Amino acid sequence: MSLMDKHQFIERNATLLLVGSLLVVSIGGIVEIAPLFYLENTIEKVEGMRPYSPLELAGRNIYIREGCYVCHSQMIRPFRDEVERYGHYSLAAESMYDHPFQWGSKRTGPDLARVGDRYSNEWHVQHLIRPRDVVPESIMPSYAFLKETPLKVTDVGMELKANALVGVPYTQEMIDSARADLVAQADPNADTSALLARYPKAKVGDFDGDPTKLTEMDALVAYLQMLGTLVDFSTYDDATGYR
Amino acid sequence: MNNTVPIVALTAGAFLALLGAGFAHDDLFAAHMWVLFFTLAASMIVLLRRVRFAPAGEAAVRVDRSGYFDEVIKYGTIATTFWGVVGFLVGVVIALQLAFPDLNFGPWFNFGRVRPLHTSAVIFAFGGNALICTSFYVVQRTCRVRLFGGDGLGWFVFWGYQLFIVMAATGYLLGITQGREYAEPEWYVDLWLTVVWVAYLVAFLGTILMRKEPHIYVANWFYLAFIVTIAMLHVVNNLAIPVSFLGVKSYSAFSGVQDALTQWWYGHNAVGFFLTAGFLGMMYYFVPKQAGRPVYSYRLSIIHFWALIFMYIWAGPHHLHYTALPDWAQTLGMVFSIMLWMPSWGGMINGLMTLSGAWDKIRTDPIIRMMVIAIAFYGMSTFEGPMMSVKAVNSLSHYTEWTIGHVHSGALGWVGMISFGAVYFLVPKLWHRNRLYSLAMVNWHFWLATLGIVVYAAVMWVAGVQQGLMWREYDSQGFLVYSFAEAVAAMFPYYVLRAVGGLMYLAGSLIMAFNITMTILGYERQETLPGAVPAGLQPAE
Repeated sequence: MSLMDKHQFIERNATLLLVGSLLVVSIGGIVEIAPLFYLENTIEKVEGMRPYSPLELAGRNIYIREGCYVCHSQMIRPFRDEVERYGHYSLAAESMYDHPFQWGSKRTGPDLARVGDRYSNEWHVQHLIRPRDVVPESIMPSYAFLKETPLKVTDVGMELKANALVGVPYTQEMIDSARADLVAQADPNADTSALLARYPKAKVGDFDGDPTKLTEMDALVAYLQMLGTLVDFSTYDDATGYR
Repeated sequence: MNNTVPIVALTAGAFLALLGAGFAHDDLFAAHMWVLFFTLAASMIVLLRRVRFAPAGEAAVRVDRSGYFDEVIKYGTIATTFWGVVGFLVGVVIALQLAFPDLNFGPWFNFGRVRPLHTSAVIFAFGGNALICTSFYVVQRTCRVRLFGGDGLGWFVFWGYQLFIVMAATGYLLGITQGREYAEPEWYVDLWLTVVWVAYLVAFLGTILMRKEPHIYVANWFYLAFIVTIAMLHVVNNLAIPVSFLGVKSYSAFSGVQDALTQWWYGHNAVGFFLTAGFLGMMYYFVPKQAGRPVYSYRLSIIHFWALIFMYIWAGPHHLHYTALPDWAQTLGMVFSIMLWMPSWGGMINGLMTLSGAWDKIRTDPIIRMMVIAIAFYGMSTFEGPMMSVKAVNSLSHYTEWTIGHVHSGALGWVGMISFGAVYFLVPKLWHRNRLYSLAMVNWHFWLATLGIVVYAAVMWVAGVQQGLMWREYDSQGFLVYSFAEAVAAMFPYYVLRAVGGLMYLAGSLIMAFNITMTILGYERQETLPGAVPAGLQPAE
């Protein structure tokens, strides 16, 4: 009786077929994904990473809501042309607080992993309102409505708390002052010293050109302006980061 | 049939939706719950209007439950055709948005929100309905029993799945998304899909367990593996913590690199199991049926089945080449992707060679021709895929239009064509018609769709390679030659041509919709069948 004939056994037993299939399809995922959670070198050791400030997180949620990831990647590959065009290649550490990741899979528009600090706030606002005013070749849709839409986050603390539940190191102090931090970051007259102590390198001040209103445009630009700016590459050693 | 249980369930659901809208944590959840409320309330009213108040007993309509449960499959073929047309139409719209960005009407109809609508409409609405209705048809015939779970379970799976589609689609346009490709619906819609999917598994597996045939037919292996694996992938990939149980937003349980691989483990196997294994089940039933020939090789089907389901699940990391995913995982993904070429072609050979002794039917039977071109496109895409998973090739092709071309040769060529073939096979049988309204129209559909795909794929290859080369082009001084914006501008003619290819494919599907509508209504078009030998020129006996 050859091996092929033994297959009749499985063909006559639905439970066996079901369990067999399930076992066979489980192996690949277990071998590939599970080690990423415990192999220590999966995420490089870097300095400067911190959780998103409440305003940046709100901006990131708008980025997700509008489906920016379908056209923009946030993952610079270690090639000469990409590093020259966009900056240092992306590290795993740089998205360690990203729930979900937004690496993307398509560059209809350019990579945004290090778009922070590259353009002025005014440029971003104009670009989001009428993209072809600043980049004539652009095929990006207009996001003018962001500037008209007040930023509404029902309970900022709850957003941070949910992130803390999935492993982002938000402290109780950060959660308690979340609402105040959200407002202070986009208010040019606010005292931001406590905010900056909690979220070093955060960009503060008015983002959308209208300091009287806190809009979705403020949040999105605050997020774009910090992308890729956190890690201190002067202390990062490429060789030890190789996996 | 007074539908008491569904009416009560719909009423309760509509009431809960109303409560959800009233106590919503955020505006989007309230809006989405209103959508749910009106959907459920409208369904309830439709059912209520069908209630018969005649005294029980003699007036009760006797439903014949001795035969196969085909009523739900009829609805399934109509839903497949409907969602197919919708999905292709949205595809043409977003293709035109890329060529002419003024066609974006924000915030609801901006590309970023409509693109997930297109992918989900085609994969889950069109493909999913095709899979559910054909699997119900095939499992009953090959097990020679009526669908398990009474008619209620079958109807629940069908209508529950349509509700999932409506909630997912309206959610995208409202801006409700998890931001995970091909898994965009938020947590509560995911939970609903899980319930429906378990019901689907129970109906399908129950039918197999009740079978009157000793053997489980090969098509059912593939359908079963598809249902079980999709359940596993869906549950793990969508693990998330909602901010509020009355709000739309949730945060994925995983982050960064782990999240990326989990997502592409899911994403690649949405292709591998939803768009491949399930449709291979379709191939293993409908191709032999339409050709009137047995499956070419039983042994090949065994090897092909186990090898395919084992290897596919490893291929996810090839979506993350040269990213921050550790190199060992990338290499493992690449190796398995290349090996996957073999079982894929094993399936292609098994399908194509089933036509041995019946090759002449390609000339005379446009439905067989549709199935054969589907298998041919399957073979082509499953060669192209492993090639693109080679890291050196991927360094050029990743992030470019080439990937889009690859996906569409698989989705339009393989998934679309095999589903059209199955629908053309099913409709006359389900409605007890002698034949389709028009085979000449099937022929038109075949050529429009095939040429549409060829235009689409060829244009995207050229576009993708050019894009990849422009991004990495250096001049003799060592400077990058092109700005990113110049590469965007260079895509314009390709984007226009791609929309033309998509339009041809859409036109073909509209012809199909007309053809099967007329078939269902009972018309037959007078025509000379394509390739038929004119009367008077019959060869001598």
